Amino acid sequence: MNANVTELVVFAVLFLVVSVMGFVAAKWRRPENIESLHEWGLGGRNFGSWITWFLVGGDLYTAYTFVAVPALVFGAGALGFYALPYTVVVYPLVFLVLARMWSVSHVHGFVTPADFVRARFGSPTLALIIAITGLVATMPYIALQLVGIEAVLKTMGITGHLPIIIAFAILAAYTYQSGLRAPALIAFVKDTLIYIVILAAVIYIPAKLGGWGSIFDAAKAKFDASPAPGDGITLNANNQLQYVTLAFGSALALFLYPHSLTGVLASKNRGVIKRNMAALPAYSFLLGLIALLGFMAIAAGTKPVMGANGKPDTNTIIPALFDQMFPDWFAGVAYAAVGIGALVPAAIMSIAAANLFTRNIYREYLRKDATDAQEAKVSKLVSLVVKVGAVLCILLLDPQFSIDLQLIGGVIILQTLPSVGLGLYTRWFHKGGLIAGWVAGMSAGIWMLYMVPNPANGKAHFGGSAFGLANLGIDTKMTIYAGFLALAVNLIVAALGTLVFRALKVADGPDATSREDYFADEGDPKVKDLDLAASH
Amino acid sequence: MTTGEPERARSDRSPWNWLLVLPIVLPLLTFLFNADEPRLLGFPLFYWLQIAFIIVGVGCTTIVYRMTK
Repeated sequence: MNANVTELVVFAVLFLVVSVMGFVAAKWRRPENIESLHEWGLGGRNFGSWITWFLVGGDLYTAYTFVAVPALVFGAGALGFYALPYTVVVYPLVFLVLARMWSVSHVHGFVTPADFVRARFGSPTLALIIAITGLVATMPYIALQLVGIEAVLKTMGITGHLPIIIAFAILAAYTYQSGLRAPALIAFVKDTLIYIVILAAVIYIPAKLGGWGSIFDAAKAKFDASPAPGDGITLNANNQLQYVTLAFGSALALFLYPHSLTGVLASKNRGVIKRNMAALPAYSFLLGLIALLGFMAIAAGTKPVMGANGKPDTNTIIPALFDQMFPDWFAGVAYAAVGIGALVPAAIMSIAAANLFTRNIYREYLRKDATDAQEAKVSKLVSLVVKVGAVLCILLLDPQFSIDLQLIGGVIILQTLPSVGLGLYTRWFHKGGLIAGWVAGMSAGIWMLYMVPNPANGKAHFGGSAFGLANLGIDTKMTIYAGFLALAVNLIVAALGTLVFRALKVADGPDATSREDYFADEGDPKVKDLDLAASH
Repeated sequence: MTTGEPERARSDRSPWNWLLVLPIVLPLLTFLFNADEPRLLGFPLFYWLQIAFIIVGVGCTTIVYRMTK
């Protein structure tokens, strides 16, 4: 049998299995009535430690991560390994913060981060800004999941867009029907497959390539010979600051993404979240190993598949490595792991985006007296629209555009940190100051990204997130993560703005939350849904 | 908004929380690990030490969770 046919059959069978699971999920932990956002959008807000571990792990470590991180390590070496410190730093960083977010959301029935901001700062405008920022940051991320599937299909020799349209149509249908229960159930399969594939890869492939030592030596030889200044198996004097700020900035950004919060709010109590902060680093270990697949591809002399534009598509490097090293049937399993790995986050992201629209635009501006059932209905429809939008993005635009947007997404979502993150700790900021800080941070961030060229493909703008400090008139070749600097601008302007608005005695919004709300746990009394409306 | 309730208010403050600083700061100190030698099982220092920081992270978070439960 043709090699590609074996791979394809295994891939298709596994894909079919999870599709059936997606539809059956509607009956899993079935509530009396699924027609509310707490049920459809947050799976009943009742997931325990295990489900949350699979769900959040399946959500944060996406197919795109599995494809792009090793591709970056393949191309640039040590710098691409930033994904590891990033995912080590993030959990202790948000350990206390997420518990507070869970508690206040539990008491007030918040579904999105913008819901929290609406109640905390009493400002519909600020909440709208937070919601739109979340939507803009999430949309390209969904489109990128398609890039992950496409990389796998391309390696199996399948071109054309029809398979992707079919895959997303199935995904859209079961997300519509089952809500968050679908990705929660599928995540078990996705994560199990990924663990099997990667553990097999890191044992089997180095054995075939003469051990880890020779893999790193081959990578070192490649980078020593290359003329590019920033690559190598260790960092150099100019990119250490970039490495550290990118890891730290990405860690700050991760749980500001609406879809990360969706998984957190779906858990049943504070203990589940805290236990998961200790257990989720298991995925970081996996991610570290996945990153090293990039070096294995160098040692194995793997060549990426040619893209439609006649240039090699580096995103195919890991699928191509699997094709080269694994028996056909196991390569099929590996491809299925990546393909299914795209479905889980894509479903959660579209649910999160739909919830943002429903709660912070539809209910705030279009229909203030919306019932739970109406909210669920709107969210279900919007989740379909979001997926059609993501498919159109990939079909009509250059995928590079989605990659650029996702890069911008990380920088702009960071600009919600003062309202969402610091807002959990302090009400000191004035709503006007937070809006001013957001505007300043956004402008600074987008300007910095605009100034970054990419010598590798000749692009003059939006070539990455490594902003040269030379642009600020400092005589150095050092670079820094643009999002980190933009956040600093945001915080300074927000603080100064707060002082100015206070001095001018501009009215601040009311705070609908109280101190005890931030420490409430399962079983504590909840405020009825009305507090958002009550603070008008 | 009243915050000064007379009854014992709940809080997430604890000296144990300071332990969380360790796994946040360690992975950001590049001078600790930005070198090829010494290697461990063929892994350059840069890679094996950063992977080892995962264990520090899990350890610290677990201790804080247990002690503040």
